[in-house]
Amino acid sequence: MPDLEKKQNNLDRNQEFRRSRRGITKFLDNNRRALSVFIVFIILMLLFIIKNPKIFLNREIYEAIFRSLPIRIVLALPLVFVIVSKEIDLSFVSNMTFSLWIFAATVKAGWDPFLCMLLAILAGALIGLINGMLVVRIGLQSIMATIGMKFLLTGLVAGGSNIMPIPLTFLVDTPFYNTFAGKIGNFPVQMIWAVVALVIAMLLFNYHKFGSDISCVGDNLESSREMGINVSTVKTLAFVYVGIACGFAGVLSGLTYLSFYPKPGSPDELMLAVLASVFIGGTPTTGGVGTIFGAFIGACTIRFVETGIIEAGLTGFWTQFFEGLIILLALTSHKFHKSR
Amino acid sequence: MKNKFLELKNISKSFGKVSALERVNFYIKGEPEIVGLIGDNGAGKSTLIKIISGIHTPDCGEIYINGKRMENWSVVKSRASGVETVYQDRALAMQQTLARNIFMGRELTNIFGFVKSKLQFAEADRLMRTIGFTSKVFASDSAVVNLSGGERQGVAIARALYFKANLMILDEPTTALSLTEAQKIFDFIHQAKKGGSSCIFITHNIYHAYDVSDRCVVLDRGKIVVETDREHTTVEQLVKDMQKIAQNNGKVREGINNARS
Repeated sequence: MPDLEKKQNNLDRNQEFRRSRRGITKFLDNNRRALSVFIVFIILMLLFIIKNPKIFLNREIYEAIFRSLPIRIVLALPLVFVIVSKEIDLSFVSNMTFSLWIFAATVKAGWDPFLCMLLAILAGALIGLINGMLVVRIGLQSIMATIGMKFLLTGLVAGGSNIMPIPLTFLVDTPFYNTFAGKIGNFPVQMIWAVVALVIAMLLFNYHKFGSDISCVGDNLESSREMGINVSTVKTLAFVYVGIACGFAGVLSGLTYLSFYPKPGSPDELMLAVLASVFIGGTPTTGGVGTIFGAFIGACTIRFVETGIIEAGLTGFWTQFFEGLIILLALTSHKFHKSR
Repeated sequence: MKNKFLELKNISKSFGKVSALERVNFYIKGEPEIVGLIGDNGAGKSTLIKIISGIHTPDCGEIYINGKRMENWSVVKSRASGVETVYQDRALAMQQTLARNIFMGRELTNIFGFVKSKLQFAEADRLMRTIGFTSKVFASDSAVVNLSGGERQGVAIARALYFKANLMILDEPTTALSLTEAQKIFDFIHQAKKGGSSCIFITHNIYHAYDVSDRCVVLDRGKIVVETDREHTTVEQLVKDMQKIAQNNGKVREGINNARS
């Protein structure tokens, strides 16, 4: 009997070892797309450093990037959930501006900034909830519903604020500012919040029932419904999650640029850059699969490319050309990964 | 009524003027058994299983579960009684893992909703072994899309088994599968029976039905025309019975055509 037990233990241990080995290869396999973008990112960084070592070996450029990059990261991560559920949200930048307006107007009126931030997040979540209801209850296609919401919010903010900027410089050096936009040494705190957002999104997507449900719903809607997943609730929650992120990103944006100013036109560029981050990170539009880590790397790559091109001595007009090139190359490489 | 898990008595169902089922009596024994439900297109097989699954409500007749008459039979009541219908392909999320498919919608989670992945993988491994899934290439963390048609069906069967289905209804599981793949499904079904589940196996293929079933039931134009235990018949006899039915159908059609002309 002890021999048998020993044999069984050895078998179990072997199985465990194989599983852990498989765990590493599985991780590499699951994140193949994200990792390939990461390799492109590293190569690009090396090229930038070789081309312009003075700039790219100086911490100031990284400080500047780490102040603005978190806004894109916070926006991109929840979008993965919506896209994996086979929907899309094109209203998120307008929602962010709307939430920022709520934050700026209330904080200027003398309200406690922490309370104002909560209000901004609630406002963002409410817009997300309305988007979700339009899609799952009324049955509108998400691309159309959220385009409508984008115009509605842009008009509302422009009309409501009279396109008058609200300066937020009075917040500098307050405990609130230091919590969300201060520095630890020379390191911008915003980036820590971006990493917190990354960890939350990864936990939800990879280890929580919500992530599991989202993937199943995007993969096979009918089957998910038959298996008892509340498809409507799951999809609505994904839109609400984007809304919450819009509220938080709005506040981060206000604290980073120290003003609220609804610039017509520029939101579309940000929207496309954030969506591109998700796609080049390796989340396809076909639903069912996606990668949070990929979206994070995608956002970093695009932001560094933008800075790198300008710092490499090319004019700003070339930025979009190279961004487009990187996006097309990344998507083409994903296609090859898929067919393997 | 004793010793029967499910009993349908005098079930009729019409869609407009078309009578899909006429006074059908059907049962599943208390101990696990495999019943092959055979019939041509339009014989009433789908209507019968949709009534058992609670999707259709019969026009008249009674449904009993373990001898107890069920009122207002529905999908929810059917599921609660342990009836699981397994549809080919439609039931699975192809890009997800075996484990995620088995536990879809009913994940094993802690109180915060985080999935107990290790436990799920272990349970999925155990279940797949129980139904005789012996692939060395694929494990519970492989994506379903990489599996063959028969293996995919195995995942759906494992799911029904995990949630202690008393009765699994397999809707034409061997359609478009090779012989080897069909054999895999037969093995899965036999293992599920050993695990305590009965099974209704719906097919056009008499040979498949005979190979796997303990009892064969033939439906024709809404009526049960043949019902026999496997040990009391041969596949040749079944084929003869089916040919007779087909000939009678031909005569009926001829009669209708003559009447029309």
